[in-house]
Amino acid sequence: MKSPKQNIITRIGHGSIDGIWSLGVIARFLMQIVLRSGTSLRRFSLVIREIYASGVRSLIIIVVSGLFVGMVLALQGYQTLETYGSEQSLGILVALSLVRELGPVVSALLFASRAGSAITAEVGLMKTTEQLQAMEMMAVDPVARIVAPRFWGGVISMPLLAAIFSMVGVYGGYLIGVVLLGVDEGAFWSQMQSAVSLRQDVLNGVIKSIVFGFAVTTIALFEGYDSMPTAEGISRATTRTVVNSSLAILALDFVLTAFMFKGM
Amino acid sequence: MFIFTKLDVPTDNLIEIRDVSFAYRERPILKGINLTMPRGKVIAIMGGSGSGKTTLLRLIGGQLRPDQGEVRVDGKIIHQLKLAELYQMRRKMGMLFQFGALFTDMSVFENVAFQMREHTDLSAEMIHDLVLLKLQAVGLRGAQSLMPHELSGGMARRVALARAIALDPMLIMYDEPFTGLDPISMGVIGNLIRRLTDALGLTSILVTHDIEKSLQIVDYIYFISNGVVEAEGTPDQIRASKLPFVHQFVHAEEDGPVPFHYPAPDYASDLGLSRLP
Repeated sequence: MKSPKQNIITRIGHGSIDGIWSLGVIARFLMQIVLRSGTSLRRFSLVIREIYASGVRSLIIIVVSGLFVGMVLALQGYQTLETYGSEQSLGILVALSLVRELGPVVSALLFASRAGSAITAEVGLMKTTEQLQAMEMMAVDPVARIVAPRFWGGVISMPLLAAIFSMVGVYGGYLIGVVLLGVDEGAFWSQMQSAVSLRQDVLNGVIKSIVFGFAVTTIALFEGYDSMPTAEGISRATTRTVVNSSLAILALDFVLTAFMFKGM
Repeated sequence: MFIFTKLDVPTDNLIEIRDVSFAYRERPILKGINLTMPRGKVIAIMGGSGSGKTTLLRLIGGQLRPDQGEVRVDGKIIHQLKLAELYQMRRKMGMLFQFGALFTDMSVFENVAFQMREHTDLSAEMIHDLVLLKLQAVGLRGAQSLMPHELSGGMARRVALARAIALDPMLIMYDEPFTGLDPISMGVIGNLIRRLTDALGLTSILVTHDIEKSLQIVDYIYFISNGVVEAEGTPDQIRASKLPFVHQFVHAEEDGPVPFHYPAPDYASDLGLSRLP
């Protein structure tokens, strides 16, 4: 009989091994996708369809959220900046917060809930209704035909959505800051222009959103492809996609930020 | 001097299954089973639920590998083929899944055209004509623009059948084609299977529970139970069979060699009655 302490240690051990094992399986799955992407590249229309499904259809939630996040940032920022008499710098605050951090992270979180869950449910349901098996029996590789186009569709959509989120957010900040609260328009834009660096801020934000795109789409596809072919299995897989993607986004964001902005 | 070795020469039998055993983890499903399926025939594989019928289809399709024995399709041992060779072989096979397994994001037309687009360089007009030809064969040319969710169960299966014959395969496998169908649809599907087999010179393997319909349309029947072939024969032989297992199946008797009850401890002791004075 094991003591409670041993039990806890065993459980931590098992948990760690399972975690590393899953990481390995997902990494192998990602490699399979990349290796079998030939069809997607040759028939790019398949990818474009998925960009529409994951990207274009996520536009409304991304635009609305971006607008509100930008407006709230301006409201909150204005209050603080006004205390120090530097409300003219509102443009910098809004733009840097969005481009560096909120744009990539919030849009990726929204993308995981909107498009990631949809991808998992769709692929999971295809598995449940034997569509993937049917495809295999027709000598068509489901990873190449179903998984890879969705993967590239997601990876391409994510940075574009993050860019749109940041752009709309900045406009939201402008509406509140300049139009409503009376910050000088020239100062708002010119300070933003001089303080936001293309390489340090914009490019790093884009890199983040590309990494998040890889992570979310891989997790969503893996969970769908690996789901139990039952109603409960799909519901669990969809939940796992949202939870695991969100955690992955936050963890990756920390790691990437630590690397990108060290010493600044 | 010539040295003759065993070659992968196609024989009159499209499928030969020799001493095949298969287990899902520790649970044995097939135990050294032997079956032969000649070309151009409709063959039924029957047996109770969980007797390994679908497993057998998956072994023939190369989706599973036997633990022991060999599965030969068109003279080739299917589980020894490389992936590219297996895919090449599968182009000559069609499979009808239990509920059709139509691609839900494609119309009826696109479903039937799917393999033509994936595997051939045919022109759009040619594909259009071929798809209509296949849909006409199953009587659903008028449904070409419908989506799968707009079809009834019987129609979905007919579309799946049109899709299965899209590239003129040599073999079609049907996994429970009659499940959940009304008697009219069942008759339509049954007759289509027979007609297409004869007209296209196919070989059809039918996995089914439906004994009555099967006896009308098939050439030969294998009964599987406990992982081996329990009985086999032509429909007439099966009808006349005195074997208890076949008799139970043909007459749909509740209890017999296939028991009604799942193995359980004594009923009285399960209810706690044995403790009473």
